[in-house]
Amino acid sequence: MIRFEKVTKTYGTTSQPALDDITVDVERGEFVFIVGASGSGKSTFLRLVLREEKATSGTVLVAGKDVAAMSSWKVPHLRRQIGAVFQDFSLLPSKNVYENVAFALQVLGRSRSDIAETVPETLELVGLAGKEKRRPHELSGGEQQRVAIARAVVNSPSILLADEPTGNLDPTTSLGIVRLLDRINTTGTTIVMATHDNDIVDKMLKRVVELDDGRVVRDESSGVYGSKR
Amino acid sequence: MRWQFILSEVGIGLRRNWAMTVSVVLVTFVSLVFIGLAMLAQQQVSTMKDYWYDRVQVSIFLCTADSLAPSCAEGEVTPSQRDGILGDLEGPDLAPYIESVQYESKEEAFERFQEQFEDTAVVDNVTVDVMPESYRVRLVDPEEYEVISQRFDGLDGVEEVVDQGALLDRFFQFLNGLTLGSLILAGVMLVAAVLLVGTTIRLSAASRRRETGIMRLVGASNTLLQLPFLLEGIIAVSIGAALATFALWLGVRFGVPWLESNLPLFDYIDTGAVLSVAPWLFLIGLVLAGVSSLVTLSRYLKV
Repeated sequence: MIRFEKVTKTYGTTSQPALDDITVDVERGEFVFIVGASGSGKSTFLRLVLREEKATSGTVLVAGKDVAAMSSWKVPHLRRQIGAVFQDFSLLPSKNVYENVAFALQVLGRSRSDIAETVPETLELVGLAGKEKRRPHELSGGEQQRVAIARAVVNSPSILLADEPTGNLDPTTSLGIVRLLDRINTTGTTIVMATHDNDIVDKMLKRVVELDDGRVVRDESSGVYGSKR
Repeated sequence: MRWQFILSEVGIGLRRNWAMTVSVVLVTFVSLVFIGLAMLAQQQVSTMKDYWYDRVQVSIFLCTADSLAPSCAEGEVTPSQRDGILGDLEGPDLAPYIESVQYESKEEAFERFQEQFEDTAVVDNVTVDVMPESYRVRLVDPEEYEVISQRFDGLDGVEEVVDQGALLDRFFQFLNGLTLGSLILAGVMLVAAVLLVGTTIRLSAASRRRETGIMRLVGASNTLLQLPFLLEGIIAVSIGAALATFALWLGVRFGVPWLESNLPLFDYIDTGAVLSVAPWLFLIGLVLAGVSSLVTLSRYLKV
């Protein structure tokens, strides 16, 4: 589903690459943790998948397509297959829960009846049924992240990227969020989650790819956070 | 659905950024007024040319007993001088330039004077004697007045050669100056307008970074990202153009009758001229807004 072939990414004129010749293959339907310290290249990995950045060298394939070779007007089509959530939730403060999720579908030009059907289903899935009218500031951090996840998956993407989705949350809430991602994973969505939350990684026992200074230092299935250290 | 979405985005942008929107409206309004003014001045010039070039004459005034010009030193024009001038005017070398020649006697001149200055005190002080005889020459091409003036100015028996066209030229010069001045001001204002539209869109894009960020993330196309901003600029500029048209219309509607009553010598443009200028104002405004927004958007807001 996602394939990195000898990918190097260097920002600007710095000599230290953010990603250094990495090769990673994520299968359809997999759940992968990308772990590593801050600055190890986790976010760069995700940005390359979204084609927010282009690799300096090497090839990034998403759903079989070389994203760097893609013309820019096709990039939106790529992003429609990928949901993304972030540490800061990125919700629109002036819109309520329902409107925040519906926004993603409005942008894609879905019909009103389609939206009225899909959004409540998705809110149900993430456990926010009954909170449609709340504004983001009236919700807890965990609930806000659930709204963000609902928005990311409402268009049924085949890939869900999560960049430190639990970074602002307490351990219990974090676990709830990751359990939710796991549930979404069972519906066939490929999940890539960047994190440095060792508790969660250890509890989930999923595939772990560890980055250090832009290199893959470990890639094991059913891994824990810091086995080599 | 999508249009509704885009329009609601436009509404949000205009409301959030209303001060900048108002300044774009005002700057385009002022610059388009100047452009419109220049266009109307040119229309006035061509209206006047059409009207006057059929009527302008070169008048060769002949000496009266009281004339002070050096060519009139011998007193009133003699019949032989008068016939000589007519002979020249009807001669073969001037024929290609002249359409018609008319003689105006002292009596006719007096009558015309009385008509023209009816109800003024001057009329009572003028007698038939002081009025000059003249030849009224209509030229094939009114701009070749020099041919007549060079030939007859200073000739014995000729007091002076007056070209009505020269008076008119001065008026044309005034209108052309007005045109040029308006265009220069319009140019300066348009530069300001273009930069302001760019800045406004940049601010608007910055204030909605969150929305646009999410839109990019969920796969909005470039068109959908940029269209609301483009429409914001187009709406602001269109309002400016509409205001400019209205201001010019008011100016012509009320200014021209005033000119007509104070300077009834000419034909003037009417409000129809404003309507013919209006589409150009909108076009200029829209092209400028479109170009400057697209340039700004391609730099600051991309998928």
